[in-house]
Amino acid sequence: MASLHILVAVSLAYVALLFCVAFFAERAGMRGRAGWLLRSPLVYTLSLSIYCTAWTFYGAVGYAARSGLEYVTIYLGPSLVMIGWWWIVRRLVRIGRTHKVTSIADLISSRYGKSNGLAIVVTVMAVIGVTPYIALQFQSVIASLSIFAAGGLAEPVDEGAARAAGFWIAAGLAVFTVLFGTRNLNVNERQHGVVIAVAVEAVVKLIALLAVGAFVVWGIAGGVAETLARIDASDLGTWEMDGSRWAGLTFVSAAAFLCLPRVFQVMVVENDDERHLQIASWAFPLYLMLMSLFVVPIAVIGLDLLPAGANPDFFVLSLPLSQGQEGLAMLSFLGGFSSATSMVIVATLALSTMVSNHVVMPVFLHVRQGGATQSGDVRNVVIMARRLSILTIIALGYIYYQMSGGSGALAAIGLISFTGVAQFLPAMLGGIFWRGATRAGAFVGLGVGFTVWIFTMLLPSFGPGAALSLATFETGLWGLVWVRPQALFGIEGLDPTVHAIFWSLLLNVIGFVSVSLVTFPHPLERLQGAQFVNVFEHSGQTRGWQASVAESEDLMIMTQRILGADEAQRLFQTAADAQGRGGYLPEPTAVFLQQLERELAGSVGGATAHAMISQIVGGTAVSVQDLLAVADESAQILEYSNQLEAKSRELSQTAAQLRDANNKLMQLSDQKDAFLSQISHELRTPMTSIRAFSEILRDTDGLGPMEKSKYANIIHVEAIRLTRLLDDLLDLSVLENGQVTLNQQSGRLVDLLDHAVATAEASEARPITFRRRRLDETVTLHTDLDRLSQVFINLITNAQKYCAAQVPELRIVVSQTAEAVLVDFMDNGSGIPAEARDVMFEKFNRIGAEDGAGAGLGLAICREIMSRLGGDVRYLDGTGGTAFRVTLPHAQALAAQ
Amino acid sequence: MVWRGCAFWEEAAMGKQVLLVEDEMNIVEAIRFLLSREGWDVDTHSDGASAIDVIRDRKPDLVVLDVMLPGKSGFDILEELRGDDATADLPVLMLTARGQSRDREMAEKAGVSRFMTKPFSNTEVLTAVRDLLYVHGQRT
Repeated sequence: MASLHILVAVSLAYVALLFCVAFFAERAGMRGRAGWLLRSPLVYTLSLSIYCTAWTFYGAVGYAARSGLEYVTIYLGPSLVMIGWWWIVRRLVRIGRTHKVTSIADLISSRYGKSNGLAIVVTVMAVIGVTPYIALQFQSVIASLSIFAAGGLAEPVDEGAARAAGFWIAAGLAVFTVLFGTRNLNVNERQHGVVIAVAVEAVVKLIALLAVGAFVVWGIAGGVAETLARIDASDLGTWEMDGSRWAGLTFVSAAAFLCLPRVFQVMVVENDDERHLQIASWAFPLYLMLMSLFVVPIAVIGLDLLPAGANPDFFVLSLPLSQGQEGLAMLSFLGGFSSATSMVIVATLALSTMVSNHVVMPVFLHVRQGGATQSGDVRNVVIMARRLSILTIIALGYIYYQMSGGSGALAAIGLISFTGVAQFLPAMLGGIFWRGATRAGAFVGLGVGFTVWIFTMLLPSFGPGAALSLATFETGLWGLVWVRPQALFGIEGLDPTVHAIFWSLLLNVIGFVSVSLVTFPHPLERLQGAQFVNVFEHSGQTRGWQASVAESEDLMIMTQRILGADEAQRLFQTAADAQGRGGYLPEPTAVFLQQLERELAGSVGGATAHAMISQIVGGTAVSVQDLLAVADESAQILEYSNQLEAKSRELSQTAAQLRDANNKLMQLSDQKDAFLSQISHELRTPMTSIRAFSEILRDTDGLGPMEKSKYANIIHVEAIRLTRLLDDLLDLSVLENGQVTLNQQSGRLVDLLDHAVATAEASEARPITFRRRRLDETVTLHTDLDRLSQVFINLITNAQKYCAAQVPELRIVVSQTAEAVLVDFMDNGSGIPAEARDVMFEKFNRIGAEDGAGAGLGLAICREIMSRLGGDVRYLDGTGGTAFRVTLPHAQALAAQ
Repeated sequence: MVWRGCAFWEEAAMGKQVLLVEDEMNIVEAIRFLLSREGWDVDTHSDGASAIDVIRDRKPDLVVLDVMLPGKSGFDILEELRGDDATADLPVLMLTARGQSRDREMAEKAGVSRFMTKPFSNTEVLTAVRDLLYVHGQRT
């Protein structure tokens, strides 16, 4: 029977062994040796086993003994993440490496515009969520010690002695963590010692569990077949499986695997090589499978062999003890011890980084205004802050354990912790996959989820009447029925755990998404969001800083204080060399400041590093380049919308043009219809007379010679009218199409007028008296004389036809201006009404048409001809009668045109 | 020889008055010749604007109406005639030189009794006039 002292001695020896491993690994790492081991995917995979704590080591068996196969969900969640969701992990790792992320709080705060407020919220939540978990580790170690001391039986043991041992173990772990966790200030420069120690512990706990399992199966049960028979015989297999619990627990395990600070620490922060993920994606699930392999056999045999009062949480330990296998029990104890210590070390490390970077340092910087550039060694402050944080967190865990008095099954505490950290999931995943996620959304989602978690899970876990009054459980908070901790919104009948998981995450997601949708991100947030979401497109080219040369020295001083003089000088020297400058101060270019910020972020976290640099660089958290980048983006959007606008303008213009064109075509079509209708009328009218009289001549007997002659004459006149009409139509068509060729000749105006008058007088129209001043008409013209004469004849015959005076008279007056010759034709008739003057030049517009002499094409033809000749013809107002003026440019004026 | 010696029609038309509203003098001449030989008392008018008053004044038994008239179109005159109780049933033979189907539709809508396109054959005009006279006689 091993005494407590021996166990404590073994434990301390084991811790000492870990010291050695960590120490040598650290040394080897520093000297660049054993890289194959330190940077192997195997070590990475083993370090991931930090997920399996004492809860998994001891608690899984207890879980199986109490709830059957449900314990599998705890292994299923992470396995699913590694196998199915490895791309999420890969993205996290890439972001972590690119942005030198130091913790999950750092990741979330960096994503949402380097918000320290958010980092503090996440840190506080993590501490609250994980402290019970750390307490759980102490509880399991102390409980295992007392069980060991009791010989596996329910004998009373010296509780006080066990607790004293527990205290020393906590102190030992604190020393270990302080020594190896803060050796290297820059968290990003991997804590090789710790990682190796964790890997070793992973091997120890696996071997221990497998050994106990093998002993149980082959040593006690007598083989695989017998074991299976006993499992079948037990009531373990008959446990009813609750689908909602399975789904809920699997999901929350998966979420916790991604969000637990300690897992984040080894998986993202300590990751050396992204390719390790490929191995880990199958090796880690395999590890989990091995860990879970003997859980059921141990639980079943334990329930069979051990007395009814024995705590199933410690079957792994008590079974070998009860069989007198002290060596195996010792190994098992070491396995559990390993699980507990590795968890405490890494969790504390992760939490202390968060606390010192996001709580202590900002407070320190704030208290000492401009502190980074003034006296005082910030580096020491950082290290001290971290060490103090470690001690505080371990102390918190230990105090929590003392206060809670070791109550509650291990699994229950584990699940509470899981659900608590799972609240980070929406903000984290939203941050790396959704650019629309905003800081306000993250705040609200985290706040709501965490509040609901505290109310529905954490507080009720202390038992009814402890943290929450019985009345609260029965009738709700403040008497509001819909705020009962285990029946929110009046929905009863859900398993309390599933209830808490469901409501906390649902309200978290709703708060996160809805607030993100209604709020607008700050420029820095948008930049970070873009870089996180598109991390694979542009790896690590953050844009941001701009400083003047004068600030380089301040930066140097600050960097020395954080990274140490040697490291800072090396960094600045390298940068100066890279820029091709002499001396040790590089140009504070945006690129260098970016690099510096990332280096500093590795030590003090993104938000703090950003704040420190912005203090020096002038407090502009957002540089011109930041703004330009954002402006760029908006400019692109603007340009795009401008293009769209231009397009739509173009389209509406085109539409308007089409409409116009269509209207024009419709008009043309109408005009064409009207024209055809007119032509039809003009042609059919003479044809009607011709046909009617020809039929009369043919069919009527006994017509007198007078009648016959009269009717034949009508036919003759109408035939001529038809011919003339066709001539006019063709003439007009040729003129309008511009196909006419002008026959330019020189001639005297007087001759032209003589000819026109003679032609008109020769026609059968009414006689009219002409009044001319032939002296004025001695002008020589150079134009198409035939066409001009056609115009004159037309105007004269119009006067002959339409002048209604008793004694019709036509005055022809020629005058000249500098540019043109004017020929006016003025009769003594009644003139043309003003409204008809414009339309009479249109085709088929006859003014006084009773006699049916013309088709109304004459003036239209005149106008066309005059426009071809470079002049015009228009109505001349104010003469009393009807008057037209023909304007013809002088030959030289025409030539000049 | 369609109409010579058709004493029946000559008797039927005897003393009946036809008003010819047409501005083309040669066409007036031709129709007057045809109808007066048939026994009609032919009256003529060449202006559209005053045509309605003339019809109301003279109360003819038949109107031969051109479409393209100075002052007022044949369609408008016809519509006005149909709108007045005194002339609503007056037989109207419409003649047009605009040979488009739309014109026929418009004329029918306005309530024309018979519609013909120029140039017409004399026989057609006589047949139409006889039909209208017969139908009208049946009705009254």
